[in-house]
Amino acid sequence: MTLPETPSQTIGPFFAVGLPWPDGPDVVADGTPGALWIGGQVTDGAGEPVPDALVETWQADPAGRFVGGSGASGFRGFGRCATDAEGRWAVRTLKPGPLPVPDGGLEAPHLNVSVFARGLLNRLVTRIYFPDEPDANAADPLLASIPDPRVRVRLVATPDGDRLRFDIRLQGDRETPFLAL
Amino acid sequence: MSDTLKGRPSGAGPVVAGYRPEEPGTHPPLDFPDYRSTELRFPRRPLVPLPHRLTEVTGPLLGEGRVGETDHDLTAQHPGEPLGERIVVQGRVLDGDGRPVPGTLVEVWQANAAGRYRHDGDRHPAPLDPNFSGAGRCPTDAEGRFRFVTVKPGAYPWKNHHNAWRPAHIHFSLFGRAFAQRLITQMYFPGDPLFPFDPILSSVPEAARERLVSRLDLDTTVPEWALGYRWDIVLRGRRATPLENEDDDP
Repeated sequence: MTLPETPSQTIGPFFAVGLPWPDGPDVVADGTPGALWIGGQVTDGAGEPVPDALVETWQADPAGRFVGGSGASGFRGFGRCATDAEGRWAVRTLKPGPLPVPDGGLEAPHLNVSVFARGLLNRLVTRIYFPDEPDANAADPLLASIPDPRVRVRLVATPDGDRLRFDIRLQGDRETPFLAL
Repeated sequence: MSDTLKGRPSGAGPVVAGYRPEEPGTHPPLDFPDYRSTELRFPRRPLVPLPHRLTEVTGPLLGEGRVGETDHDLTAQHPGEPLGERIVVQGRVLDGDGRPVPGTLVEVWQANAAGRYRHDGDRHPAPLDPNFSGAGRCPTDAEGRFRFVTVKPGAYPWKNHHNAWRPAHIHFSLFGRAFAQRLITQMYFPGDPLFPFDPILSSVPEAARERLVSRLDLDTTVPEWALGYRWDIVLRGRRATPLENEDDDP
């Protein structure tokens, strides 16, 4: 039996009444060894901050396993952060392991990202890769599918002190590559 | 990790059953000028195809521990009852293959009966209700069912165009079992005369719009207490080719 899928609608401007969780950005708890903050700014086609976006992340753990919920390990795999007045978001997490693919290769360590906002009638999906993995990134099948290296590099976070920075540009000259799922 | 990379793993990774691509004629386009906020926010570059591998076919299971006793009852979160027409909203979360999705978190948020959200950004001069926050959460049961008690939200004006009013709606957020199934949408009420004037509902291809409209259901209705509305939500289904271990969701 095939059922017709329910259409998407925008998250709208008022999702903060229900969706943000106090522990949303905590993919791992404060004090977890190896924890790092990954975040950045969401901007629109005029370069203005987007103060009403919700950014979610989903990823494997450092061993390349998907633990799902609030497992015994304390690793949730899932992060959620609403942007602030300057469009900034961040999650505290662990760097994931690489993932095997059926042909015998590996996907480089990455986070999947969903972006929801007023003005987005469907979610946008992108990925965050890690700047200290040049070899793994070079062998990653998704990155390899983006021919222009200037576009490809926009999926790789940049070091920013002890954090990693990943800005999400919804539209414009340096638009983030978004993915069709 | 780098050892594994250099040597290549001896065994290939698991073959995973991907989800179907988005069915044409289902979702709104990202570029939809009638909804003005899309103008500076929709990506202009073509989307890059993302084949479904492990990160796409797995997802968080967030039901337990995230839902409090009154989270499913938006009329019971304050000392008094909210004003407005009390309603029950229930339905099932299914995948595109007709299978129920059990144990998945459903989140809702909405305006109060006067059409006002409890949000600093909502400047509509309608009253807030001290007994209504407008947010609810509920995990689906073994058959994929959810049930909320709330009040019917009011229509409200927005500034998209002259005399723009949103039809009454409840926002829904769903996870399903996989990143590929994540969905945020809105549920509407049957027969709302504002439908033809609403660019957000009208952004959905015409044949699919009715899927966002709940139906009045006397079996969901609680006699002498609250009208019931029924709305089933269908998340993306798997690709047709069955593969080994496809039900082994982590």
